[in-house]
Amino acid sequence: MTFEQFIFYIFATVTIVSAIAVVTVRNPVYAALFLILTFFTSAATWILLEAEFLGIVLVLVYVGAVMVLFLFVIMMLDINIDPLREGFIRYLPMGILVAIVVAAEIVIVLGSDTFNMAIPDPVPLSDSNTKALGEVLYTEYVYPFELAAVILVVAIIAAISLTMRKRQDATKHQNISEQIRVNSADRLRVLKMKAEEKQ
Amino acid sequence: MDSLIGFWDSLPSALQTVIVILLKIVAILLPLILAVAYTTFAERKVIGYMQVRCGPNRVGPKGWLQPIADVVKLMFKEIITPTASSKAVFFIAPILALAPALAVWSVIPFFDGGVLANVNAGLLFVLAITSLDVFGIILAGWASNSKYAILSSMRIGAQMVAYEIAMGFALVGVLMAAGSLNLSDIVNAQSGGIQNWFMWPLFGLLVVYFISGVAETNRAPFDVAEGESEIVAGFHVEYSGMAFALFFLAEYASMILISVLTTLLFLGGWLSPFESFEGLLAIPVIGSILGSGLHWLVFKSLIFLFLYLWFRATFPRYRYDQIMRLGWKILIPVTLVWIFGEGIAIGLGWEPWK
Amino acid sequence: MISSIKHFVKTFTLFELLQGLSVTGKYFFSKKVTVQYPEQKTPISPRFRGHHALRRYPNGEERCIACKLCEAACPALAIDIELEERADGTRRTTKYDIDMFKCIYCGFCEEACPVDAIVETQIFEYHFEERGEHVITKEKLLAFGDKHEAEIAKHRAIDAPYR
Repeated sequence: MTFEQFIFYIFATVTIVSAIAVVTVRNPVYAALFLILTFFTSAATWILLEAEFLGIVLVLVYVGAVMVLFLFVIMMLDINIDPLREGFIRYLPMGILVAIVVAAEIVIVLGSDTFNMAIPDPVPLSDSNTKALGEVLYTEYVYPFELAAVILVVAIIAAISLTMRKRQDATKHQNISEQIRVNSADRLRVLKMKAEEKQ
Repeated sequence: MDSLIGFWDSLPSALQTVIVILLKIVAILLPLILAVAYTTFAERKVIGYMQVRCGPNRVGPKGWLQPIADVVKLMFKEIITPTASSKAVFFIAPILALAPALAVWSVIPFFDGGVLANVNAGLLFVLAITSLDVFGIILAGWASNSKYAILSSMRIGAQMVAYEIAMGFALVGVLMAAGSLNLSDIVNAQSGGIQNWFMWPLFGLLVVYFISGVAETNRAPFDVAEGESEIVAGFHVEYSGMAFALFFLAEYASMILISVLTTLLFLGGWLSPFESFEGLLAIPVIGSILGSGLHWLVFKSLIFLFLYLWFRATFPRYRYDQIMRLGWKILIPVTLVWIFGEGIAIGLGWEPWK
Repeated sequence: MISSIKHFVKTFTLFELLQGLSVTGKYFFSKKVTVQYPEQKTPISPRFRGHHALRRYPNGEERCIACKLCEAACPALAIDIELEERADGTRRTTKYDIDMFKCIYCGFCEEACPVDAIVETQIFEYHFEERGEHVITKEKLLAFGDKHEAEIAKHRAIDAPYR
């Protein structure tokens, strides 16, 4: 066993154990933490495959941004754990059905001829991973890439239009730009008054 | 001596590599931790001076032993765990805060070739690892089971996610100009004297980068996470002793990191500003002082570190909604416009930094 | 229009922030006003209200006549007096306690005193080492007065024209 393999097995074990923990752990915050660990170790595995760009981006996007927001939501929700465990038996048949369907689908897809092809020879990277990926992304796959960008923009606009509403009732809110633009002359008037005569 | 060399040669090569790497790590982290200690001292001194005070001057000559006294005090304090906290997360959180802050230093070049790991995607690595900083803080807030702490970690989380984007865009500008993600290459792309540094063509990005760097490290005027007047001390209210010291260490280590990174990316890192004056560099002693080297990196980073303290002594704290407005509505558009202009300049072949 | 352009330029040149920085930058180099306390001290007024003392007449007789005016005047109820009649018919205290934790150093006792017996000195650097020591007894007050009589007399003389 080479040193690389040794490291791979360590990371692989941690990934699998933490992935199992994600679904078995009771506390949702712990589950999210294990998900973070899973992401992190799989990123490490990718880097071991010399896909350092993908690995780092996985950490940057999923661990650094998405999971932070996930954690946020979970922490803000006041989840009571006991009621979650109540309907276990009631939902079990439905759950087993879904599990069987998913498993069958996976078997059918993986068993089809689509994946039954020879493993392509790894192309040796001349320069950095990032450069190679960028070159392919902006030439060969430019349309899918642009499409993904458009879909993301649509999603952003949809999310904003769903959540932003002008409230009809008289709520107080602050207009920061106006607040910043104010200068002393707008707020303060210096009056010159004659002093009163001495009695 | 000979027996020592013999012993070294008898070791397996894998062990030799590990030992060399460990020694390098110590060589980086030891000065770093010392620098952190003396940054706290410098902070108290500088802010004191700006408030027409003297600052700490009692422990040791001129107060120079003050940080050591602080460390000793923190080490001997009791670590208190809140009763209803989740213990494991409570103790993991400070480690999670500190580990990324130290791990980033593995890709930072200190002089030509003086880097622990010369990673190709160094800049991305820095971004990814610094984005992990936030976990320690969020988890500390959550695990403390305290209202103030959770409020603070909510604030900090949203703030750091927001400013990471502006920071990332500012870095995009730099890597467009340098044409590389490797930090050593970025610095070497700026060689040839002070006029070749990226701070001139990318001045707006430098300002944006440093401002979001200040926000990212939760320093004044963006320190709503600590907000003494509102939420006591924020995410680390419940921490004491060494656990608190780890947060402290992480905060100052990332402060120093931002200063060093700004220097590397915009101010030519270890390069001397007098590189174009070859006659000057030929003089024996003065030449080596004015020539490129670690001392220039330290000097330039100290400028930014001083700016951190200067900001803290000058600006009042931003209101939270104003922080969000600054991050999303001002810094990000500014960087976008700047990158767009830079892209046009590159497209037209008009590249002032080349 | 003009004002909004002005605002725009001012915002993006960070004019006001630089202004603020220049102020603190200037003070960075100004002379520091810190008093290095144990070595240096600021001057103290002769009216300063510090630790209490009971005074004596030059012949050694204590001044206090146990009129209890100070006890009545004390807003913090810090003074506790008990008295007796001596063989020669004079009123004197048997107990004169000041609770230094209650005392707010207002100086009303000093003003109420008809015979200038209770005074507040300029000494403010004192401490207690054991529980209960904060109640200063008559003996301690008298001893304190004896020790600092010269100073007390001097400061009272300086302040006399304004009383």
